[in-house]
Amino acid sequence: MGLLSYLTGLTFPRGVHPPGLKDDTRELPIRRMAFAPRMVLPLDQHFGPAARALVAKNQEVVRGEPIAEAVDDDSVPIHSPVTGTVEGIELMPTARGPKAEAIILRAAPGDSQHVRWVKPQDLAKCSARELIEAIQQAGIVGQGGAAFPTHRKLRVPDKYPVDTLVINGCECEPYLTADHRIMLEYGQDVIAGIRLAMRAVRAEQAIIGVEDDKPEAIAALREHIKADDAISVVEVRSKYPQGSEKMLIKALLDREVPSGCFPYQIGVVVNNIGTMAQIGQLLPRGQGLIERVITVAGPGVEKPGNYIVPIGTPLRYLLESVGYPKDDPSRIILGGPMMGSTVAALDVPVTKSISGVIVLPEGSELDPAPRIQPCIRCGDCVDVCPVGLNPADLARLAAARQYEVMEEEYNLNDCFECGCCSFVCPSNIPLVQYFRIAKSLNRERMS
Amino acid sequence: MTPPRIELKSSPHMKQASSVEQIMRNVVLALLPVCGFAVYHFGISALALMATTTLVCVLTEQLFTRLSGKPSTISDYSAVITGLLLALTLPPAFPLWMAALSGFFAISLGKMLFGGLGFNPFNPALIGRAFATAAFPEASSTWTQAGLPERFSEFLPSTLALPFTTPASVDAYTTATPLGDWKFGDVHAPAWDLFTGMTPGSLGETSALIILLAGLYLIARRMLDWRIPAAVLGGAFVTAALFYAVDPDHFPTPWFVLLSGGMMLGAVFMASDMSSSPVTPAGVWIYGLLIGFLAVIIRFFGGLPEGVMYAILLGNAMVPLIERYTQPRTYGKRGRRGV
Ligand code: SF4
Ligand code: SF4
Repeated sequence: MGLLSYLTGLTFPRGVHPPGLKDDTRELPIRRMAFAPRMVLPLDQHFGPAARALVAKNQEVVRGEPIAEAVDDDSVPIHSPVTGTVEGIELMPTARGPKAEAIILRAAPGDSQHVRWVKPQDLAKCSARELIEAIQQAGIVGQGGAAFPTHRKLRVPDKYPVDTLVINGCECEPYLTADHRIMLEYGQDVIAGIRLAMRAVRAEQAIIGVEDDKPEAIAALREHIKADDAISVVEVRSKYPQGSEKMLIKALLDREVPSGCFPYQIGVVVNNIGTMAQIGQLLPRGQGLIERVITVAGPGVEKPGNYIVPIGTPLRYLLESVGYPKDDPSRIILGGPMMGSTVAALDVPVTKSISGVIVLPEGSELDPAPRIQPCIRCGDCVDVCPVGLNPADLARLAAARQYEVMEEEYNLNDCFECGCCSFVCPSNIPLVQYFRIAKSLNRERMS
Repeated sequence: MTPPRIELKSSPHMKQASSVEQIMRNVVLALLPVCGFAVYHFGISALALMATTTLVCVLTEQLFTRLSGKPSTISDYSAVITGLLLALTLPPAFPLWMAALSGFFAISLGKMLFGGLGFNPFNPALIGRAFATAAFPEASSTWTQAGLPERFSEFLPSTLALPFTTPASVDAYTTATPLGDWKFGDVHAPAWDLFTGMTPGSLGETSALIILLAGLYLIARRMLDWRIPAAVLGGAFVTAALFYAVDPDHFPTPWFVLLSGGMMLGAVFMASDMSSSPVTPAGVWIYGLLIGFLAVIIRFFGGLPEGVMYAILLGNAMVPLIERYTQPRTYGKRGRRGV
């Protein structure tokens, strides 16, 4: 890898090059989206035990006020995105599928919607533990979809010294440009957040990995880095899935996280650029997370762009405010087209981990009704799997229902469902889908 | 307001634009110049041979999918490829009825019996050729001169032999191929003639140049795994070079080995058959080198001058074993640091 990566730029082995499709939104400044009259805040917006509601029906709340609290160390609170009234606490559909308990808020008409609930903190004196606690209290979770609470990622067991904080500024999914805009417009907050996160994990250095197709973002970040910051911005190659945690560690540090382990076990903690901006913005003010930047794009969107969207905004409201085809059957993707999931209903709300909403009306699908054919053993899937799996063999085993062999001999559990294999397969075999099913069947069998 | 219909699907929601048909169509396209040269070289007999094997292969595939009640698969062009490739390995005067039988066995025995495209462990065209060699040894090794003046107006007499008859003697036309000349007469054809293809031989074996160009086209379109021909030719070259270095009086030059007989056609179009070659990156190299090595050994020490067909079939047979030992290394499975 050594010479090759020197010649071609830092990256991980294999992977794919989907078209970027970012031109519609990458030049547009982030805009603020209006408040929906009704907000839905599921209590389980994060990975870990759901938050516990602190409010009751008909209670008045102000924007920024905590309305649900963390139940334990692995949970995070939820803050009210609007000044208004609690309409109720009900079971509501969520993007994940099943209904979940959610607080429903009605915005007070005519309110200025200022954030009233802030508690400025003097972070200079905070210990690492206090910083992590402050991050938990702000309700911050990972931005990319898994919604892992950020404070948990930063809370590393003492026996694992962390030397490097890696910040993921790759944004390798097609269409998405939210991180790109954040780096351009909120570079100062990003760097401030990184300084705090470095203190929280006691890292000696921080490396921001940005794909080489975002030179403006790289320049913007560098402007805010001071000489005594141990922070560097490193250009990595534009390639999918460069933004995945383990691939980024491979590219930047040439270290591999052992299978089944966490990055901190090799001295690394990885966080997203947007998360850093949130930490930098919210912590000094003592404010909770009530909104985030989301890319809304795709051929079905009339006004594509990056929007600051209040958490809890129903998808229907969001789509109506950007214009979308109401009559056509559409595919609506939360996240990017490579790893995002489709939604079944527009009643579901935006939650803390949604990075993009992509609308593909019928006829504009990026994978028009493919006919599935037998595997022709072209080997393309093997050539692109960034994890070094053999998707062709795995698929053969899946067809034979040999799920256990898949796990035990073919490392099925190392598949992180990036979709590179399905992306290239000329036979249109839904490989990732097979692997998802096999994994969940294995989990069922184990439990 | 009627709610919009929303489509649910599993990620990824994006695909690279390539399909099986597209790949196969391009292989057919790449084969056309090779076929064209065969017709130019050997005339209408060559054309009739290619038409026969292709038609029989397609019909056989159709018949088998019909019989098993599965949807037709002929639109994926793979049967066309098998038919063309089979014809390209046959001598120009090969009787059509024998070619038809070989085509039938290529698809039935070589492909459909295993479950069709993607499931065949051996290259079907080579199964057909192996059948021809076994069933019709004489016709399979009778070569005619290239560029006969009447080649565009008359069939070679044996071409139209009635089924199950032995073709009339075609001594007037027969000749030896460069490989035969070397093996049995110690005569070495000039490398340039071999490269351009101005020699007798099987239909598609003669012009190394055209085959190379066709292969480069497919590689440029990313529809051929360049590693396989590279490994086959590399393996053959190195093996032949070693022998030549030890005893240059007895063994031909490595260039002769690369450019003569079915080496180019085999390396570019046969060994690289997706179904019957490995999918693992390291396996692909081992497989190719092995075929190159075996082809030379069989040519040098076997009873017949050619060895490429058997080398590839042997390589095909080794694929499961090769794959077993060349599974890619999974990320994070070695070099545990600090754990
Ligand atoms: S989805 Fe899994 S098997 Fe497919 S390329 Fe990604 S990691 Fe490899
Ligand atoms: S990419 Fe598809 S057709 Fe090719 S080997 Fe993999 S599963 Fe088979």
